[in-house]
Amino acid sequence: MKFAVLAFPGSNCEMDLYNAIKDIIKEDVELVSYKNDSLAGFDAVLIPGGFSYGDYLRSGAIARFSPIIPALQEFAKSGRPVLGICNGFQILTEAGLLPGSLQKNVSAKFICKTEPLVVNSNKSMFSSAYQAGQLISLPIAHGDGNYYCDQDTLRELVTNDQIVFKYANNPNGSIDNIAGIINKAGNVLGMMPHPERAVEAVLGSDDGKGVFQSIVNHIKSRGVIYE
Amino acid sequence: MALAKVYVNYKQSILNPEAEAVHKALKRLGYGDIEDVKLGKYFELTIADGKSKAEMDKEINQVCDKLLANYNMENYHYELVETEAAQ
Repeated sequence: MKFAVLAFPGSNCEMDLYNAIKDIIKEDVELVSYKNDSLAGFDAVLIPGGFSYGDYLRSGAIARFSPIIPALQEFAKSGRPVLGICNGFQILTEAGLLPGSLQKNVSAKFICKTEPLVVNSNKSMFSSAYQAGQLISLPIAHGDGNYYCDQDTLRELVTNDQIVFKYANNPNGSIDNIAGIINKAGNVLGMMPHPERAVEAVLGSDDGKGVFQSIVNHIKSRGVIYE
Repeated sequence: MALAKVYVNYKQSILNPEAEAVHKALKRLGYGDIEDVKLGKYFELTIADGKSKAEMDKEINQVCDKLLANYNMENYHYELVETEAAQ
């Protein structure tokens, strides 16, 4: 299977993602510029962290109008996996592919440390490699990671089992300790923690591997044909 | 030409830690009578001649809904003023 890793001006985690897929997960992977307008031939799309367009206006607000975004929206509609990490999550909310938005951390500080997370649902195509309720550790590095949505949306997220990861010790003020959510269809995940920075023991943890392994398992086990 | 002065601010329900930090700093400076601080964004859009007021209103609302404000957490309002160049 083949992963696409999108790269926007100001992205800074695209190589981490690329290397995690290539060296650890051992699948095909290609960097795709924000200027492209097609995602044909890919089985999954990864949107990296960073500061696309310098976080001007709001995190993700400008990247959301890049040439690649219509292709991303089509890709998401087809049911194939889309994973946005950190700034990638912010881009997905700005693009309307995930509900809610990411606000300034409640402390108003940039937080860069490893955080314990709970796998709130292992029924998604991004978390099936974990046990439900499993405690994992992933690095976070963000200033705008405070997830917010209105009460109706939150109720929907809970009812549809869309909350995939929760913080064990909420570091940023996110509503309901939310660290990662999927869309209603279940094929778009946004998460603030960085699984690609925790894929081998030498990095301090390989707890993040499960996210990518789950995607691979999903694609391969179903032998999915989308087109 | 016309000038649209667009103000984007956080909804009442949204915490704004930056505004709180500014508020605390003002208190430290001795301005204890300042009871609340709002901190938002301000844009000036200069619009070329050729559109009616109704058309400009429509365009400004579009621009705010699409890009300048995030309806999840922000409200906006604007003033439309004719600039001297238009006279």
